[in-house]
Amino acid sequence: MTATEIIIGLSGVIAAAAPVVFATIGETISERAGVINLSINGTILLSAMASFAIAVRTDNLVLGFLMGMAVGALVALIVSFTSITLMQSQVAVGYVMTLMARDTAYFLGNPFVGLSGPRVPAFKIPLLGDIPVLGPILFDQDIMTYLSILAIIVAWWWIYKTRPGMMIQGVGERPSAAFARGANVKRVRYIYALVGGTLVGLAGPTYSLSIKAGWKGTISGLDGFGWIALALTIFGGWDPLRGAAGAYLFALLQWLGLVLQPVLPGIPSQVMRVAPFPLMILTLLLVGIGNTEWVNRTLAGLPDDARIFISRTLRFLQVRPPTALGEHFERE
Amino acid sequence: MKVELRDIHKSFGPVRANWGINLAIPPGTIFGLLGENGAGKSTLMNILSGYYRQDEGRIRLDDEFVSIGSPADAIRHGVGMLHQDPLDFPPMRVLDNFIIGHGGGILPDYGEAKKGFHELSEAFDFSIDPQAYVDMLTVGERQQLEILRLLWLGAKVLIFDEPTTGISAQQKAKLFEALRRLAEEGRSVIFVSHKLEEIQELCSRAAVLRQGELVGEVEAPYDLDQLVKMMFGKVVSKGVRTDIDRGDEVLRIENLSLEQGRLEITDVNLAVRKGEVIGLAGMEGSGQSALLKLCAGLIPPVHGRVVVSGQDMTGKRYREFLQQGVTYMPASRLEEGLIPGMTLLEHFLLTREAGGAVIDWEKGRELSRRQIQEFSIVGRPDTKVENLSGGNQQRALLALLRPDRELILLEHPTRGLDIESAIWVWKQLKERCRQGSAIFFISSDLEEILDYSDRILVFFGGQVSDPIKARETDVEKLGHLIGGQGFAGKREQVRR
Amino acid sequence: MKRVLQGLKSLSFPAVTVLLALGFTTLVLLTTDASPWQAYKTLAIGGAGSLRQVMNVVVAWIPLLIVSMGLLVTFAAGLWNIGIEGQIILGAIFATGVLRYFQDTMAPPGLAIFLAILAGALGGALWAALAGVLKTYGGVNEIFGGLGLDFVATAIVLWLIFGPWKRPGIGSMSGTEPFQESLWLPMFPDSRLSPWSLLIGLASIGLIFFLLRGTYFGLKLKAVGQNARAAGRMGIPTNLYMMFAFIVCGALGGLAGSLQVTAVYHRLIPSISSNYGWLGLMVAMLVNYRTIWAALAALFFAFLNIASVRLPLVLKVDSSLSGVIQGSLVLFALMASGARNRWLRGDEERSS
Repeated sequence: MTATEIIIGLSGVIAAAAPVVFATIGETISERAGVINLSINGTILLSAMASFAIAVRTDNLVLGFLMGMAVGALVALIVSFTSITLMQSQVAVGYVMTLMARDTAYFLGNPFVGLSGPRVPAFKIPLLGDIPVLGPILFDQDIMTYLSILAIIVAWWWIYKTRPGMMIQGVGERPSAAFARGANVKRVRYIYALVGGTLVGLAGPTYSLSIKAGWKGTISGLDGFGWIALALTIFGGWDPLRGAAGAYLFALLQWLGLVLQPVLPGIPSQVMRVAPFPLMILTLLLVGIGNTEWVNRTLAGLPDDARIFISRTLRFLQVRPPTALGEHFERE
Repeated sequence: MKVELRDIHKSFGPVRANWGINLAIPPGTIFGLLGENGAGKSTLMNILSGYYRQDEGRIRLDDEFVSIGSPADAIRHGVGMLHQDPLDFPPMRVLDNFIIGHGGGILPDYGEAKKGFHELSEAFDFSIDPQAYVDMLTVGERQQLEILRLLWLGAKVLIFDEPTTGISAQQKAKLFEALRRLAEEGRSVIFVSHKLEEIQELCSRAAVLRQGELVGEVEAPYDLDQLVKMMFGKVVSKGVRTDIDRGDEVLRIENLSLEQGRLEITDVNLAVRKGEVIGLAGMEGSGQSALLKLCAGLIPPVHGRVVVSGQDMTGKRYREFLQQGVTYMPASRLEEGLIPGMTLLEHFLLTREAGGAVIDWEKGRELSRRQIQEFSIVGRPDTKVENLSGGNQQRALLALLRPDRELILLEHPTRGLDIESAIWVWKQLKERCRQGSAIFFISSDLEEILDYSDRILVFFGGQVSDPIKARETDVEKLGHLIGGQGFAGKREQVRR
Repeated sequence: MKRVLQGLKSLSFPAVTVLLALGFTTLVLLTTDASPWQAYKTLAIGGAGSLRQVMNVVVAWIPLLIVSMGLLVTFAAGLWNIGIEGQIILGAIFATGVLRYFQDTMAPPGLAIFLAILAGALGGALWAALAGVLKTYGGVNEIFGGLGLDFVATAIVLWLIFGPWKRPGIGSMSGTEPFQESLWLPMFPDSRLSPWSLLIGLASIGLIFFLLRGTYFGLKLKAVGQNARAAGRMGIPTNLYMMFAFIVCGALGGLAGSLQVTAVYHRLIPSISSNYGWLGLMVAMLVNYRTIWAALAALFFAFLNIASVRLPLVLKVDSSLSGVIQGSLVLFALMASGARNRWLRGDEERSS
C-alpha cells in the first residue's frame, strides 16, 4: 500500500466517523444531563430519510439538514416528555422510539428509494489544506466533517468550561443539589436532551446527503450505527473527547477491515461487517468489568503488588456514569 | 434579617408535617428549633428555603411578604439552608462546587471566585483546599464549604439542619464558633436539632415542635425537664439495663485488615460471645460500616481471619455467612432492606421460605398476619412496603429477621424512629440476646450506644479503639475518641 | 355512581391510547398517496379476510407468543433482553443443524424433529447465557451485550447460508436447501399451521403464568427485578437468578426459532427470526408485563404483521406500516400510563 493510499484512507476515516461523532456527542450531552436517549438508531434512519426526501423535493441541501435536525429534536422531545414529564422509563420509551422511527422511515421513505439527490460538495480549506499529510486528511473534507470536529470541541468546552455547562454536570450528578442552586432541573434536562437530539439528527443527513448519499430503504446500510454511538458514549465515559476518540477508532478499524479483507480471504465479508459489534462488547467489557463483585473479591485475595497493579489498571479503564442517569426528579 | 412564618400548613398525603405554625425569628440571634425526629422541623425549614411549597400560610422577611417558590427564590431573598446531608456535587472540585449556582456570564469568573473563597475562608478560619475533590472531604468540611458558598451568595438567614450529625468534636467547636460569628454580624441563624445540649449551648431562644405543631417557645436559660416534656409530651423511661449471661463465642476476628475505597483498617482483634451487644461509634465513614459489612461477608478482608461460630469464614461470600447464622440489616430501608413494589406478604414469603417450589398463598397469608400482629405493624399482608410509614418499615425489617440467628448486624437500627418506637425496637433486640444472639450495631447516637451496648468500639479514620466497657465510659470520653483524641496507643495510620 | 365513573376512567386510558395511535397512523398515511380508509380496509382483509389469512395470523402468533412469554421472565427480573433476536436465530440454527444431521440417516423423523426442537431451545439458552454472563460477570449492560450478540447471530446465519450450508451450486438469500417433507412438523391441511406448534404456544402461556404467579422462583425473580440490592441482602443469589431468567427466556426464544424451521420455513433463511424478538419486547411493554394480556397483544401484533403484507401489492405503500401502528400503540400506552399516574395521584392528594 502506498503512502497516498494511506492518506486517502485516513481522510476517509475522518469523514466516515463524522455521523458517528455527531450521534455520540449528541448522546453524551443528553446523558450528561441525565436523559438516556435510546432511540438514536431509529432517529438516524428517520433523519437520513427525511432530510434526503426534503433535499430531493426542494433541491436544497440546507433545508435537508434542517429537516434532519428537526426530526432529531422531535424524537428527543417525545422521549423527554414521556420520561421527564410523564415519569416513564427512559429505556422503554427510547426503545419504542427506535423501532417506531425506523419503521416510519421505511414507510415514508418508500417513494424516495433509489432516487438521486444532491450531495454536499468537498471544500478544501485554503492554506491548511496544502499542509503535507495533515492537509489532505483533515482539511480537504466536506463541511459536515468540519462541523463534526467543531461539535466535539464546542461540546467539551461547554460542559467543562462554562457556567451553564457546569450546571449540566450538576443536574446529571445530583439533581437535588442542582435544584438547591437554582437550576430548573426538568427544564435543563429538556433543553439538553433536545440539543443532543438535534445533533443526533445531523448524523442522518450526513449519511444520506454526503458519505452514503441516497436512500435505499432497508438496505441503506445505516441500521446499527446508532447503537454503536450509544456504546461509544459509555466507552467515552460521558466525555466528548474520549467518546469522539472512540468514534475515530471505530472508523479506523472498519477501514482496516476493508483493507485487510483481501489479505485474509478466509474470513467472509459478512463476518467483517459485524466485527464492530463484538468489538463494542469487548470495549464495554474492559470499562465495565472493574465494577463487578467477583473481580473485587478475587483482587482482595491476590498478593499486594499484583492487586495494586490490576486495580490501578482497571480503575484507569473504568468509567462512571452520571449518578442520576435515567432517574426521575421530583422536588418533593 | 427578621423572619416571620405565619400559619404554615404542609401535608404529605395523609401525614400532617406542619400544622398552623407561627414563628418570629429576630435578626442577630441563633434561634433553636427543637423536636424529635419526624416532628416537622426539616419540613418547615425546607419551606422557608424554597425546597417545598407550603399548602397554606405566608412568609415575611423584614416586614415584607415574600413568595418563595424555589431555593433560587429563597437565596435571592437572602435565605440559605444547609441540609443534613450537604447538597453538593461529590465528584467535582471544591471551587466548581462553590461557583455552580452563582450568577455571572457564560464563563465562570475563577479569579473573583477564588478571591471570595479565600476571604470568607480566612474570616471563618476554615482551611479547605479549593482544588480538592469534594468526595475527599469530611462531612464537616463539606458543611464549611456550603457555609462559604451561601455567604458568597449573600445569605442573610442561614438554616442549619442537624449540622452536628457525623462531624468530629473539633469540627463541631469550629462550627459553633462560626454560627456565633454569623449572629454577631447581624444575620439570623436557625439551628435545627433534636439534641437538648446543643440548643442549650448555642441558642438564646428556641421553639419546640411536636407532631407537626408548635408546642411553644422558650428563652435561655432553659429548664431541661420542661423541654423534654414539650418534645415528647410526656416523660419516657428507657428501661433498665439488665445483664444477660454470656454463652459461647459467636464471632472471632483475628489480625484483620480491610480496604474500602481510600479507607484502610488494620489489625483488628475481637471476640464476641452469645448475648453480647457491641456498639460501633464514630463519625460516618470512619470504618464502622466497612467492618460490619465484613462481618456479613459483603466485603472480603485483605489480611486476617474471621471465624463465626467456630467456622473459619475468611473470604466466604455473603450467603455462606447467612447460612452460618449471620443476619444483616442495612440502614437504608427502601434501598437495601425492603423491596418497593412488593407486599408485606411477599416479603415474608421471601424470607421465610417453606420447602417446595410452589407457593402456598394461604399459609403465607396466615404467617404474615401473625407477624404483623406480633410486631405491631400498621398494615395488611397486601400493603406494599413503600406505603408503610418509616417506623412501620423498621418494624417490618425486624419482623423479617429470622428468629434463629446467632449474629445480628444492624446499621442504625432506630434512625428516623420516634423515641417510643426506638425503645420498642430495642426491647425486641434484647429479647433476641436473651435467646442467645449476639448483636453488632452502628449508631451515630451516642446515647443509644451507651444505653444498649455491653462493649463499644470507636472508629476514627480507619483506626479502631480497643473494646471499651459501656459501664466504664460516658458521652464525654466517647466524644473525645470519636474526634480522634486518645488513639495514641495505636499505630498512626490516618491517610488524609 | 362513583363506581361507574371509576370504571369509565379506567377504560378511558386504553381507549385514548387506541384513538391516539389510530390518529397518528392516519396522519402518517395522509402524507402518502394512499387513502387511510383504503389502507385500513386492506389491513382488515389481509388479516381476517379468509380462513387462510386467519391461519397465517396464528402461524405468526405462535413464535411471537412464545418469545413474549420468555421476555416476561426477563422483564420480571428487571432485564432488557434485547438479545432475544439472536436467541431466536441460534435456536433456528441449532434446529437446522440437528435436522441436517438426521436427514441422511435412518433415524425416525419424529425423533429427529423432537431433538431439533430441543436443540433449538438449548441454542437459544446458550446464546442468552452468554449475554447473561456478560451482564453479571462482565459488567456489560444487557442491552448492549444482547444487541451485539444479535448482530453476531445474524452474521452466523449469513455465513452458514453462504458458506458451509449453502445450497448445491451457489448460496442465495433464499436460504438453505429445504428439508424433505418427512422432517416437517405435521400441519393442518393446506396451511403452514402445525397443531404441535399451537400446542407448544398455548402451553407456554400456562407455564409462564404459573411460574411467575405461583412459584418461589417467580417471586424471587420479581424481588431481583424490583430491587436487586435488597434481594441480595435477603439471601437471594441475584446473579444466579438473572442467569436463570436469561436462560429461561433464551430457551423459549430458541424454541420459537426451532419452530420457525421445523414448522414454517423447513429450512434456514436469513430473516428466520422475522423480528419477532424486537416485537416481543413491544408486546410485553404494551400490556405492562401481564401474562394473559401479552398473549392477546401478541395475537393483535401478529395480525398486523400478516395483514400488512398485502399493502405493497394493493396500495403500493410499504408494509412497515404495521411497525408504525405497533410502535405508536406502545408509545401512547406508555404515555397514557404516565398520565394516569399523574392524574390518579392528583386525585389522592385532593381527597386526603
